[in-house]
Amino acid sequence: MTAMGNNKISALIVDDDSIIRKIHKTMLERLFNMEARTAKDGKEAVDLCRSGAKFDVIFMDREMPIMDGVEATKELRAMGVKSMIVGISASASGEDFVAAGSNHCFEKPLDLAKVELVLGLHPNFST
Amino acid sequence: MEVDQMQRQCLDYTKSLFLEGFLDGQFVQLQQLQDENNHDFVVEVVSLFFEDSERLLNDLTFALDQKSIDFKKVDAHVHQLKGSSSSIGAQRVKNCCIEFRNFCEEQNIDACLSCLQQVKQEYCHVKNKLETLIRLEQQIVAAGGSIPTMEF
Repeated sequence: MTAMGNNKISALIVDDDSIIRKIHKTMLERLFNMEARTAKDGKEAVDLCRSGAKFDVIFMDREMPIMDGVEATKELRAMGVKSMIVGISASASGEDFVAAGSNHCFEKPLDLAKVELVLGLHPNFST
Repeated sequence: MEVDQMQRQCLDYTKSLFLEGFLDGQFVQLQQLQDENNHDFVVEVVSLFFEDSERLLNDLTFALDQKSIDFKKVDAHVHQLKGSSSSIGAQRVKNCCIEFRNFCEEQNIDACLSCLQQVKQEYCHVKNKLETLIRLEQQIVAAGGSIPTMEF
C-alpha cells in the first residue's frame, strides 16, 4: 500500500454529515498533507471506487443512509479494494466493522491523535 | 482598545467557555486548522453547525408533535445533532443529545420533550457564546492582530 507519484497519501472521507466531512477533509489536508476526497454515504463511496478511484486510506462512518459503513466495507472488500479502511463509530464497539473487513475502528470523533495512530501503524505511510 | 488587550480578553473569554463546559478540545483542533490560506475556516464550520442545528431542532419539534411519534426518526435526528455538536466541540449540546437518545430508546415521550427543551436551551447558549467569540476574534483581525490560540 504505497502512496502514488507525488507521495501524498490519498484519503476518502465517508460521512453523511457535511460538517464532519468539511472538518476531516481540512484536517487531513492541512495537518497531514494528504489529498482528501469526500463521499456522503456508503453507496457513493462504493461507486467512486468502482469507477476506478484509488485511495490509500478510507475513513468510513458507521451510520449513514442508503448504505451504512459496515455494508460499504463489505462491498469494497468484495470488490477487491485493498485500501486501509478505518471505521468510525458512534459507539465503542467495532467488531462488526472489523469483521466486515476494516483494518481499524475508532470511536467518534476522528481527531489528530487517531489519525496519527493509524498512520503510525502502517510502515508505508510517513507523516 | 490595544490589540494585545483585545487578545487577552479573547483568550480569557475562550478559557471561560472551556471551564464552563460549553466547548471541549475538539474546538481547539478546529482553531488549529485555521491559517492565512484558510482564515474563515472556524466561522464557516460554526455557521454550518448553526444551520444544521436549527434545521434539526425544527425537525425534532415537528416529529415530537405528531399524534403517533416515530421514535426511530426522532433518534436519527438526535444522532445527527450529537455528531455535529461533538465534531465542533459543543460539549453541552452533545451531552444533552446522549441523554436524549436514551429516552428515545425507552420511548419516553415526556422525557423526550423535556430533553428537546434542554437541548434547545443549550444550543442557544452555545450559539451566543460562539457568536461573541467570533466577534472578538474578528475585531482582533480587523485591528491587525492575530487570533490567540489556547494550549489544551
